[in-house]
Amino acid sequence: MSLVVPSWQVETRNKTSAPFGLAAVATVLLAFAVPLLVSRGVVQDLFFILTMLVLAQNWNLLAGYAGLISVGQQAFVGFGAYAMFACVILFGADPLVAVLIAGVLSMLLAIPTAFFTFRLQGPYFAIGTWVIAEVVRLLLAQWKALGGGTGTSLPREATRDMIGVGLMRDLFGMKASAAGDALTYWIALILMVLTVGFVYGLLRSKQGLGLAAVRDNEQAARAVGVNARRMKAFVYLAASFITGIAGALIYVQKARISPDAAFSVTDWTAYVIFIVVIGGIGTVEGPIVGVILFFFLQNLLAGYGSWYLLMLGLIGILVMLFAPRGLWGLFSDRTGIQLFPVRRLLRGGSLNRAHKGVPHG
Amino acid sequence: MTILRLEEVSKKFGALTVAEQISFAVGEGEALGIIGPNGAGKSTLFNLITGNIAPDSGTIHFSGADVTRVAPMVRCLSGMGRTFQIPQPFEQLTVFENLLVAGSFGAGRQESEVSDRCAEILVDTGLIDKANVLAGGLTLLQRKRLELARALATEPKLLLLDEIAGGLTEGECRSLVATIRAIHAKGVAVIWIEHVLHALNSVVERLLVLHFGRVIGIGTPDEIMASREVREIYLGIEV
Ligand SMILES: Nc1ncnc2c1ncn2[C@@H]1O[C@H](COP(=O)(O)OP(=O)(O)O)[C@@H](O)[C@H]1O
Ligand SMILES: [Mg+2]
Repeated sequence: MSLVVPSWQVETRNKTSAPFGLAAVATVLLAFAVPLLVSRGVVQDLFFILTMLVLAQNWNLLAGYAGLISVGQQAFVGFGAYAMFACVILFGADPLVAVLIAGVLSMLLAIPTAFFTFRLQGPYFAIGTWVIAEVVRLLLAQWKALGGGTGTSLPREATRDMIGVGLMRDLFGMKASAAGDALTYWIALILMVLTVGFVYGLLRSKQGLGLAAVRDNEQAARAVGVNARRMKAFVYLAASFITGIAGALIYVQKARISPDAAFSVTDWTAYVIFIVVIGGIGTVEGPIVGVILFFFLQNLLAGYGSWYLLMLGLIGILVMLFAPRGLWGLFSDRTGIQLFPVRRLLRGGSLNRAHKGVPHG
Repeated sequence: MTILRLEEVSKKFGALTVAEQISFAVGEGEALGIIGPNGAGKSTLFNLITGNIAPDSGTIHFSGADVTRVAPMVRCLSGMGRTFQIPQPFEQLTVFENLLVAGSFGAGRQESEVSDRCAEILVDTGLIDKANVLAGGLTLLQRKRLELARALATEPKLLLLDEIAGGLTEGECRSLVATIRAIHAKGVAVIWIEHVLHALNSVVERLLVLHFGRVIGIGTPDEIMASREVREIYLGIEV
């Protein structure tokens, strides 16, 4: 009789992840060339998609992984945007430098707000985040130097003389306005890649596993030694940093700000939730699928005025009822395909190698 | 050496006294059984020991340190492992991932360092075939086994088990007892709340009887079974 010594392996990758990785790298490289190939309108559309994807990945991280259901992320979009405007208008900073400063300031804003909202549970947390966004909006609407309640514009020179614009004019012969769009697009692309990389890296790490445990059952997570509070605080701060940067970048491109637009709960939270929910909450792929769908729906329904919001809501509810894990979840369950696998599957030992794992979610 | 010592621990939920001046100690590597009718305060006593509930008065020492006001997470890191009477799995994680969380966080290690150990625990607790299944899809009995497996993965010095043998067949119960004896034999102290007396008595050195939040007896199983008060209250035998 031979003695079988089990040897165990933990697998995370699967068949689709390697080819997908290559395809993703190729797509990103191609995406960098886009401003040289297509019209300004398309670049602006892609900028919109990229920034919405960044916001959606952040909301997904908060709600889908940390169980922090915020309806107040517009606080950080608007605050980041206003911080950028303040740096440019009051201190003459370069808009792109101001974007980074805005991210840091948004994270600083998250410290006192977390102090308040983390005392609230479940739906009260959601309401708390919304209240804070309203408070920040009302405060910034008092700031006369930045246009008060009616808002203001970035000085034309600021965007025209932005870092890199001159270089692109000389290299590609672009007009200042087209160069500005291309520049913000590239930064949005980099921000999106870094955000997806950060979220995926986090989920693959030990901390990501702990985060999933906290989301599923906080009491049990604490009982097995997970520092639930620290973990949630980290995610909340990281999300406000990235959301602040995204907000600032969006408003560099728009070049005009008002409190109502920058703190719009519809634009920066409702649409973002819609994207995550229809795509699939709790997966990295979900928001990617969701944002593409959202973009096409928006263009398709744009002519229907206020019916547009109603139809989006209806679609959101239908998806929640019939595909609770979103369209990506539906697809992934059927095909077993995962582009960003995070499951730790146990292989080897006495386990049947052919034994299929479950999809992640 | 004692690993756990409670001194005059009391707790009330409103007017209901669930722990009244409870004092006892458990030695390193000792196994103590806790019995008592439903509602006696047994699970509450576990929650006091692990820090899920703060006592109104009294002190709790663990491994030589006063942990009365210490968070559950920290108590886990210092070597307390527990099961919940109502299983609390991480439902959207697989069974193996449930153990990985406990192993890596509870024992303060990297995932790669604990994966073999977690797999072996799954073998020992009979869950290895379910390793890659979502914990949310397990039956109640499997969930109870997962509670035990997950507590073990934290590498406890003291293991608190809350009614994990209920509903088992004779054979399953025997294998559970064998598993717990093996853990105990490695020097892990065990406190086990259980109604299945024959299972309990084949593992523990001492029994503690809880009634309306009071300790009404503590001693060897033989002493306890011979006690008049215990027989009247707990076993319901008229003497
Ligand atoms: N969090 C709580 N709040 C109020 N009452 C509670 C709470 N937890 C338990 N109880 C009550 O305390 C008593 C003891 O409960 P428990 O410790 O679960 O008993 P046992 O585990 O011995 O069956 C019961 O009457 C129960 O209803
Ligand atoms: Mg109980």
